[in-house]
Amino acid sequence: MLGLTKKDLQLMLIVTGLTMLAPFILNPFPESSGMAQFNAGYPDLMQRFVIFGIFAIGFNLLFGLTGYLSFGHAAFLGVGSYGAIWMMKLVSLNVIPAIFMGVIVAGIFSVAVGYICLRRSGIYFSILTLAIAQMSYALAYSVLTPITGGETGLQIKSTDRPLLSNLAEGETGRANLFGMDMRQSFELSIGDWLFTFNVGYYIAAVVMLIAFYVSIRIFRSPFGLMLRAIKSNQTRMSYTGLNPRPHTLAAFVISGMYAGLAGGLLVAMDTQVGPERMFWTASGEVVLMTILGGVGTLIGPVLGAGVIKYMENILSKINKDVLHEWFAFMPDGLEDFIVFLVYPFIGKGWHLTLGILFMLVVIFLPGGLVEGGQRIGKWIKNRRTAKDTGASTEPAE
Amino acid sequence: MEAIILQILNGLDKGSAYALIALGLTLIFGTLGVVNFAHGALFMIGAFCAVTFSRILTLSHTIIDETQTDFLGNPLKVDVPYLYDLFGQATGDAIIDWAVPLSILFTVPVMMFVGYAMERGLIKHFYNRPHADQILVTFGLAIVLQEVIKYFYGANPIPTPAPQAFAGSLDFGALLGFDPNLIIYPYWRIIYFVFSAVIIGAVFAFLQYTTFGMVVRAGMADRETVGLLGINIDKRFTIMFGLAAAVAGLAGVMYTPINSPNYHMGMDFLVLSFVVVVVGGMGSLPGAVLAGFLLGILESFASMREVLEILPGLNQIIIYLVAIIILLTRPRGLMGRKGVMED
Amino acid sequence: MGILEVKDVGKRFGGLQALGDVNLSVKENTVHAIIGPNGAGKSTLLNCLVGKLIPDTGSVMFDGQSVLGRTPHEINQMGISRVFQTPEIFGDLTVMENMMIPCFAKRDGAFRMRAVEDMMREKDIVEKAEAMLEDMNMADKHHMNAASMSRGDKRRLEIGMCLAQEPRLLLLDEPTAGMARADTNNTIDLLKQISDERDITIAIIEHDMHVVFSLAQRITVLAQGTPLVEDDPENIKGHPKVREAYLGETAA
Repeated sequence: MLGLTKKDLQLMLIVTGLTMLAPFILNPFPESSGMAQFNAGYPDLMQRFVIFGIFAIGFNLLFGLTGYLSFGHAAFLGVGSYGAIWMMKLVSLNVIPAIFMGVIVAGIFSVAVGYICLRRSGIYFSILTLAIAQMSYALAYSVLTPITGGETGLQIKSTDRPLLSNLAEGETGRANLFGMDMRQSFELSIGDWLFTFNVGYYIAAVVMLIAFYVSIRIFRSPFGLMLRAIKSNQTRMSYTGLNPRPHTLAAFVISGMYAGLAGGLLVAMDTQVGPERMFWTASGEVVLMTILGGVGTLIGPVLGAGVIKYMENILSKINKDVLHEWFAFMPDGLEDFIVFLVYPFIGKGWHLTLGILFMLVVIFLPGGLVEGGQRIGKWIKNRRTAKDTGASTEPAE
Repeated sequence: MEAIILQILNGLDKGSAYALIALGLTLIFGTLGVVNFAHGALFMIGAFCAVTFSRILTLSHTIIDETQTDFLGNPLKVDVPYLYDLFGQATGDAIIDWAVPLSILFTVPVMMFVGYAMERGLIKHFYNRPHADQILVTFGLAIVLQEVIKYFYGANPIPTPAPQAFAGSLDFGALLGFDPNLIIYPYWRIIYFVFSAVIIGAVFAFLQYTTFGMVVRAGMADRETVGLLGINIDKRFTIMFGLAAAVAGLAGVMYTPINSPNYHMGMDFLVLSFVVVVVGGMGSLPGAVLAGFLLGILESFASMREVLEILPGLNQIIIYLVAIIILLTRPRGLMGRKGVMED
Repeated sequence: MGILEVKDVGKRFGGLQALGDVNLSVKENTVHAIIGPNGAGKSTLLNCLVGKLIPDTGSVMFDGQSVLGRTPHEINQMGISRVFQTPEIFGDLTVMENMMIPCFAKRDGAFRMRAVEDMMREKDIVEKAEAMLEDMNMADKHHMNAASMSRGDKRRLEIGMCLAQEPRLLLLDEPTAGMARADTNNTIDLLKQISDERDITIAIIEHDMHVVFSLAQRITVLAQGTPLVEDDPENIKGHPKVREAYLGETAA
């Protein structure tokens, strides 16, 4: 079905199920319980899960397949965002043209950047992309203020009168899809549980599913094979009559368009953009997501994006009082000691946890969480077969 | 003319910092073949060594001073640094005042140790892994170090003044025969530049005139051959890493009066220092120094009001622009050697 | 007129004249060996043929067309495939994927964007790759990671990948270097079989005289960047100049 093998189809269905049921899955704890703060099923965060998932999927198409490590990918996300918000400000508040605009602008920009950066490879490529992204950030921050709004960025204002809209005088436009407001939510209350179904989230989720599907197809295509060949051995590639340059450029542009898509979606959800979206730390973040989840795997980047956004939003909210509450059952001295030990890793210190986790993954688990999962799976399987054979040989003895 | 001299002078201190960081980066890349994204963190740790040292100097105990009273007539509680007890008040104050230069003595061993620990504990295991993995793991390390510093010292910049003796400015223009007050230049920046020049000179002399340096230079040129000669090159490279860390740390210590240290200063400088290394030529020490000063001065020229009126924002992008042009036209950088990381 | 015509090719590296006025003519459907002592310029010559180096002087014509100034992938698409001294294969990919890549390159050219098709559903490619693996006696290694194979297997895979492109000229750079005797003999048999069964010209650079005299129909001896002699194997063996420059080396 869908031109996928059975295994890929299974993966696709699992991901579809998870994203569609996310409002349930991410809200496992009752509202009144102490664990409610671990609930991630609110619209803003769920939107971020899928949008950064798209960003990471796109990054993985470049880094995972060709091995070219771009350290400036946030530039495409930012450019896509700017393109999208101008579309909303000037033409239509419907999110579809805005998202399209984001993809197109990012695509054009990545053709130019890719043309320059792909003349070099290895560490030079990383530094070139980093330099260009930092330059774009500086341009957006200061030089291009008339287009980018400088430091404060761009928002949809009450004075904006898009061509294809009939707003009342002084009314601030809202992003919509054929009249459906992105912020509209339907809340379902079952007992002590509260589930939120948000229009924006479901639109972003559908887009992510399409993006995920396309990425599976690219992975399994002749083109994907060529990209993996580039990563593996460029010499053999050239001496097999294949030109690596257009292949890498195509991968770079596709990857840039994924970033633009993510940027456009971000604007569709919160109708604002600032230059910090292009800062190099944002580029670093997508690298972290992809590596953490599992570079070169299909599901890894989505997983990594989820873990990091969850940590950013949930782990960072835990403070000392919450910790004391948790460990209240311990004797006082021990409680203080444990809180003292744990405290640096949570709240504002969540970056520390992230950094350590990332290092551990790079050192011990180059395949990321996906490889971790596979290893655990194999270990369990081996134990089980060992037990089975053990049981069957026992009587013989 | 005055404006040009002023801009060159202004570019020198930033250029010095770039040059020192880039020098260490190049040493590590040239000898160990490792691209170290955590090198900026070493610069930052150096700066916080100065902070730590001045905090150690001002460690105090509280006494009740009967001679002074507060407005209610009660005896006043006064914090007295232990240094007063040791050396008396005048000498104690002088030592505290000179905390930044003195902390060099504290920084060098600390940074050497940090560098040593970093190489033995982590980088060593990445010699045979792809460059991308090296970038990633050192990037992770940079985040961790940055966050650790943030945890202990907070997120705000910590002002760390230079000694009173260097607080003023030199009227440089008057020395050269221009009108007074046209070209004034803070004393500390002169110190920083001279200090950097000395460090750079020392590193070059060390590599040029000692046997150790000769082996390291040979190792940079051809690692395998030197290894075949039976010279324990790995051990020397570890020491080299410690040295590069110390150089970055010293650059950080002396930079504190110019720019109050904060936890992200390392990353801010690192991105630019990478650009400097690439412009200078990967693996070329003179190239790193040259490019460091060149880009520092260029940046300072681009910040002139006259330039900004024509090309607003040029100061923000000039370094990147130059880097992109150089990389595309002279892929080896200004002074890069043939065959070193050409693709 | 041979399929490969090298005329007056010279190449200089700084002060070193690596090649000086090399003339060479490889006849279609023969096995032509180029031998010579270390530093004779064999590898330099080979690199000039495949576009890795550009000679300072002279011309290289393949089937009536000049190869000079073309990139390696363009020259490959003209019909010249190269086997390296240490096998260059796609180590991260499976054996089957390795074999499919040259099949795609043959069918689709240097670059064709086929990003949504499923590569395993390209019937012609899959069948061709499978047949080629069968020919190379590797059908059982389909899903193996190419990097995990023995050196002899890697060599066979690389040769198979080159053949999958149906080249008219196959260049081999010391294909048995560093191989055990048994592997060397297998490679000789394989190359013999290829040259007998296929419409292909083989040019081989080799150090091992056993390999050279079991395969070559024509031999060029290179010394100090210039061709010394070009003749049939029987004549080369007894040629005094060759003994002096090359075989004498081992006799002494």
